[in-house]
Amino acid sequence: MNRALNKSNLKHLTGLLQRFQSTLVIAEHNNEKLTPITLNAITAATKVGGEVSCLVAGTNCAKVAEEISKVKGVKKVLVAQHDSYKGGLPEELTPLILQTQKQFNFTHICAGASAFGKNLLPRVAAKLDVAPVSDIIEVKSSDTFVRTIYAGNALSTVKCNEPIKVFSIRGTCFEAAPTEGGGAASEEVSASSPVGISEWLKQSLTKSDRPELTSAKVVVSGGRGLKSGENFKLLYDLADKMNAAVGASRAAVDAGYVPNDMQVGQTGKIVAPTIVAINKDPEAPIFQVADYGLVADLFKAVPEMTEALSK
Amino acid sequence: MSGRVLVGVKRVIDYAVKIRVKPDNTGVVTDGVKHSMNPFCEIAVEEAVKLKEKKLIKEVVAVSCGPQQSQETIRTALAMGADRGIHVDVSGKDYENLGPLQVSKILAALAKQEDAQLILLGKQAIDDDCNQTGQMTAALLDWPQGTFASEVSLEGDKINLVREIDGGLEHIKINTPAVITADLRLNTPRYATLPNIMKAKKKKIVTVKPADLGVDVTSRLEVLKVEEPPQRQAGMKVETVEDLVVKLKEAGRV
Repeated sequence: MNRALNKSNLKHLTGLLQRFQSTLVIAEHNNEKLTPITLNAITAATKVGGEVSCLVAGTNCAKVAEEISKVKGVKKVLVAQHDSYKGGLPEELTPLILQTQKQFNFTHICAGASAFGKNLLPRVAAKLDVAPVSDIIEVKSSDTFVRTIYAGNALSTVKCNEPIKVFSIRGTCFEAAPTEGGGAASEEVSASSPVGISEWLKQSLTKSDRPELTSAKVVVSGGRGLKSGENFKLLYDLADKMNAAVGASRAAVDAGYVPNDMQVGQTGKIVAPTIVAINKDPEAPIFQVADYGLVADLFKAVPEMTEALSK
Repeated sequence: MSGRVLVGVKRVIDYAVKIRVKPDNTGVVTDGVKHSMNPFCEIAVEEAVKLKEKKLIKEVVAVSCGPQQSQETIRTALAMGADRGIHVDVSGKDYENLGPLQVSKILAALAKQEDAQLILLGKQAIDDDCNQTGQMTAALLDWPQGTFASEVSLEGDKINLVREIDGGLEHIKINTPAVITADLRLNTPRYATLPNIMKAKKKKIVTVKPADLGVDVTSRLEVLKVEEPPQRQAGMKVETVEDLVVKLKEAGRV
């Protein structure tokens, strides 16, 4: 009896169990390109152990399926196409995912914790009668995950005893899977029947050539001290020199200086940059957490910095 | 058409409180700590009351799942303009383990019992930051979901929604009945005035148990430990912009 549970047997058993894991990653894309967070989700899936498959659903997504098949770590790409998948509505995608789950019996289903993933995965989880785990920052094992609570002021290690683990991942906490070196087989899956209780009308996306906030290595962020939307130009100029994204505090967004998609923080986008603080108040709390701090008036210091980086 | 809206409200540690992790790492200290209605739930209540004031819906029912103190949160909703309350009594270990899956089952059962046309919730609770309950409730009822709503307008038997998404805004139209979750900019919640707080004392709150609704609150998620995050240390102060640029270049950050 004891012999069966010694360390090496347990390791062997865990290895065996790991080989029976299989994760379905729900790809996020716009029919033209894969959204970067999907690559982080694929890495998280590989950490679970076992096979990684990727589901691409869209109106015309062959290009994206092709892109994913080259990603290292993906074993299989499942493609479903239908007009009803326009806009990635969760009411339409959920039956497809349930159908796919029934066919392939995955042990894990995951996606990036973006607006798309956060909207979709809990709906899928409820239909499977399982509790999902949101926005995980670490995979400790195939059933144990770490996530933040209280706006990142505490870390919670959660063991999920559900038969199917449904989880979303924080993109900034997992490396992007390499986009070359993979050779996944592509398989078409039949589209689910349209549900028709919701209709996608349009998106008004803020056009930007700048890096995307959640994946940028450097973020120049502004708060209420900027005093107006026009003054944000100072930050855009600096950001351009650093190839950085531009973010804003909730206060700046609420004051109407910048659009909502620039908000960083607990309920905005969670970013993982080096923090450089420029504030004229030496007691400003940001200095307690900034990697570099400069006590100066931003209206002088920022243009100076832009100038210095132009040399 | 009942014209009835269910609004879920959660009692959480007040957003301004600096939380402390328990020394035994089993959770966060909640005893003796100030609690309030989750800010996103306040926005949901405000939206429901606004719809009633516009005569687009007839009754707002506030629901909260938790121990006796959850009734205080319901009272706040009543003071903001909700008509009556339902307190789903969950306490002790059951309450510690209560999560979105169980709450969504409770809300779905209540929606059917109360013949609700609309369920309004906050997009996430500021304690667990799950952002799941609205989506799960919609799934259990097979209703459409309008999450992260920043604008809601009723148009006949459909709802026009503007949602906050990663790249900007999205416009969708969903059928009723539906579940909507409120994002930050949906509205600015009113303060309960003293006359309304007094009036709220006369409004009814009914208490039920999850078992009465046929809901099993067992959780298959286990919190193994709760810890403080690695402390972000203060870095270095620099004297001039020139200094800063030199240091950043050295560190390979520019």
